[in-house]
Amino acid sequence: MKLSLGKWLLPLYSALALIFIMIPIAYTFVFSFNASVKSNIVWVGFTLDNWINVCQAQGVCAAFGTSLLVGAVATVIATVLGTAMAIALVRFKFRGRSTVSLLLFLPMATPEVVLGAGLAAQFLSAGVPKGLGTIIIAHALFCLSFVVVTVKARVASLDPALEEAGRDLYGSSAQVFMKITLPLLMPGIIAAALLSFALSFDDFIITRFNNGSVETFPVFVYTAAAKGMPPEANVIASAVFLFALILVVVSQLTSAARRKRLAQVS
Amino acid sequence: MAFAAIGSNSTQTEQVPRRRSKVAIILLLPGLAYLALFFLTPLVSLVMTSLQTPVEFGDVGQYQAAFQIENYAIVVGAYWPHFLRAFGYALAATFFALVISYPLAYFIGVKARRWPLLQALMLTLVIAPFFISFLLRTLAWKQLMSDDSGLVSALKTLTILPADGHLTGTAFSVIFGLTYNFLPFMTLPIYTTLERLDTRYLEAGADLYASPFTTFWRVTVPLSMPGVVSGTLLTFIPASGDYINASASFLGSAQTQMVGNVIESQFISLLNYPQASALSVLLMGLILLIVALYVKRSGTEDLL
Amino acid sequence: MAQSDFAEAGADLELVGITKRFPGFTAIDELDLLIPAGSFFALLGPSGCGKTTTLRLVAGLEEPTSGRILIGGKDVTGTKSFKRPVNTVFQSYALFPHMSVLENVAFGLRRRGISDAAGKAHEALRLVELDHLAARKPQQLSGGQQQRVALARAVVNRPALLLLDEPLGALDLKLRRQMQLELKSIQSEVGLTFLHVTHDQEEAMTMADTVAVMNKGRIEQMGAPEELYELPKTAFVANFLGQSNLFTGDVTSSEKASIIVDVGGVKIEVPTSRAQRHTGEVTIGVRPEKLMLYTSAPTATPGVNVLGPGRVTDVSFSGVSTQYLVAVPGLGVITVFAQNMEFGPVAHIGEEIWMSWKVEHGFGLADEPGIVPRFSADTDTATIATQRRHQLLAEIEEG
Repeated sequence: MKLSLGKWLLPLYSALALIFIMIPIAYTFVFSFNASVKSNIVWVGFTLDNWINVCQAQGVCAAFGTSLLVGAVATVIATVLGTAMAIALVRFKFRGRSTVSLLLFLPMATPEVVLGAGLAAQFLSAGVPKGLGTIIIAHALFCLSFVVVTVKARVASLDPALEEAGRDLYGSSAQVFMKITLPLLMPGIIAAALLSFALSFDDFIITRFNNGSVETFPVFVYTAAAKGMPPEANVIASAVFLFALILVVVSQLTSAARRKRLAQVS
Repeated sequence: MAFAAIGSNSTQTEQVPRRRSKVAIILLLPGLAYLALFFLTPLVSLVMTSLQTPVEFGDVGQYQAAFQIENYAIVVGAYWPHFLRAFGYALAATFFALVISYPLAYFIGVKARRWPLLQALMLTLVIAPFFISFLLRTLAWKQLMSDDSGLVSALKTLTILPADGHLTGTAFSVIFGLTYNFLPFMTLPIYTTLERLDTRYLEAGADLYASPFTTFWRVTVPLSMPGVVSGTLLTFIPASGDYINASASFLGSAQTQMVGNVIESQFISLLNYPQASALSVLLMGLILLIVALYVKRSGTEDLL
Repeated sequence: MAQSDFAEAGADLELVGITKRFPGFTAIDELDLLIPAGSFFALLGPSGCGKTTTLRLVAGLEEPTSGRILIGGKDVTGTKSFKRPVNTVFQSYALFPHMSVLENVAFGLRRRGISDAAGKAHEALRLVELDHLAARKPQQLSGGQQQRVALARAVVNRPALLLLDEPLGALDLKLRRQMQLELKSIQSEVGLTFLHVTHDQEEAMTMADTVAVMNKGRIEQMGAPEELYELPKTAFVANFLGQSNLFTGDVTSSEKASIIVDVGGVKIEVPTSRAQRHTGEVTIGVRPEKLMLYTSAPTATPGVNVLGPGRVTDVSFSGVSTQYLVAVPGLGVITVFAQNMEFGPVAHIGEEIWMSWKVEHGFGLADEPGIVPRFSADTDTATIATQRRHQLLAEIEEG
């Protein structure tokens, strides 16, 4: 009796935890089909209208577009700067290496509200008007540390002999970097870029301090939360969720297939 | 060993990174400049702003440079309960997140190894909240816990909740929201360490006369400590600075305001920049202190 | 980008006074070495002896602290790795995982802007009999196949000098034998100079024309494999390359033909030409397979050293031969390898036994017993032999 309970307890607990995780996601998804008029709180009836005419709710598509733009630009900045730093941190020994590591750790140990307030205070004292630019600066800042951590792991797992082999086979430093180092780091860099984009796309806490009058998607949701949420917001969130989910599932399946293929050959 | 003093040749040459600091500087400089400009300078601005005084006869939101250290005394006097609430709620949320995450991460990382597809599926579900708007999923919980929801009426019928009781706007709902929202940050690092756990250690434990529980407690838990430490940090730090869950438009009320809410309203609505800055500086200082003590105690400095 | 064309033939490699210091230790100490063009040269030594560092210096992956490196008479000490006419087969093969086998092999040719890179790469793959797998990714190949790709990737560039960094270490015994033969035939086919670094003495001896035994950053002895094996000059070589029975004693007489050494009261004769030192305390030795076993005392014959009686303390069977350990009072434990000409051992544990060997099989070492530091190295059998001698002498005096 005791044995069978112990055997079932952990899977059951895990299943319940996963169901718990999925509850608000399912709720958001279901309410994207709600035929509500003003606020999307009470279930009125099923409709596909919200999905077909997403942009009919005022400002929602514009906010979504702004979020995509901010996410893309901030990701590019953070990925380029962060990848260079990660390579330098793993591959070179220099004075002050631990100081640089600490400097990269600090933004992650700083609550977002402090990061947001700090940037806002600086923009205020420097007289920089808040807008798209300040949002992008803020987003690239908090993404940078995550990029460094992610890419660093990949650089550390890269066999230095591969780069040596490249030099041995008549590749100049630039050629070795472009033909060997960069392609081999690519999976880590892509993972870091996706993470940055996700972080940027969903950020509200820092954005709130630096957006001025520019409306990103989370800002739109925050404003709408007070005056009534249009179901189109749920549509956008659900669509983004489904898109990301498909991306994850496809990449999981292709890597599983590749593993299988490799296993068969060897 | 005769050659221990000399060391293994191949590892020596591989482990010593190249010392071409010129290239390193070129690689580091842009990132460092960015951090200096948009991380360190803002922190300095924050400290400067926190010491400012209002411009005499000026408009709301106009301040001048000063050394008004009293700002700190004022905010501590006025808002110490918000600090206590912030750290209390964050601590509770970290605890509950750990309780939920550890068995889940253990199941995915160790027990589900035999079924890679199940493992991948469960992992995808764990990170699923990342893909849906933070604000919308918090709002979803608000609706699910609202006074006219099925959950509340059920709890009232079972007399767990008094007839005039609420779920939203309470410490419970705020901690609940924090726990939910930062759950993936707890589960993922623990999963990562457990996933690498060599099950031969567990077999060795069993071989050396340890019961499954003893093996778990003496072998698995210590080996997963790095994941637990980073998971608790990744949950505690953002939770203690959060102002969404505790805000009245989401899961909180006026009685559940955390220090993040005060910073937000002082800065954005009341334009009281010095007080907001003083609160930010205090919050950051306290968190760094807590993190430093915690990391030192758990003996995982190299983790950072 | 097109630099020197394919090397017509291998080139000489010359190291002059090379020293390499890493923080905390010296990997190579004042090394001089000349490897003639077209030879298959092996650097043999335990891990940490500096052999891999030597190879990396030649490849240009490390810079020497001092000294010069010359390839074909040209000083390349300051030349960057990618401009040296040298290619390496790495220990881990270091095949680029994101490229196909063909792309890997063509990599060096393309970097040098050589025409028809793909065609030449296919040709090189045919040489290692892997052309049918050209489109595969390296991870899809077995260890032996990966090794051959790594070899093709290096050989296709026709370097003046090919460096092999323990490339067979990751392979199992059978495959290793096969690859050894293959490497050797490729070397004679393409006629390049090979520098092979290994800790496997058997590998070094089967493949190389010349073997240099390296220890603690210096070359202990260099020569043809048979020469090194039959006439080791130091205790390190005597024991790193195969096994040896070593004895330490004082020279009692030194004739033109041979010297007589008194080891714990037993007189052992060694040819003068095969002894490095002729006076004072010396260490002499004989290979275990050179010993003959007798169950009764053999009659003394000129030109033969006789030891015994001793007691057999261990017998272990290893297929072709059987190893006997024989304890001889005053001399310590002596190892004997006997061919299994009969079924079963010729002597059993506890039996009394005599041993003999021809005087011409003995050798005398150059180590100075007084200088060899105590407890310095577990492979330093000269020290152990000296210590054992003093210990046994003390025992005899007591008994």
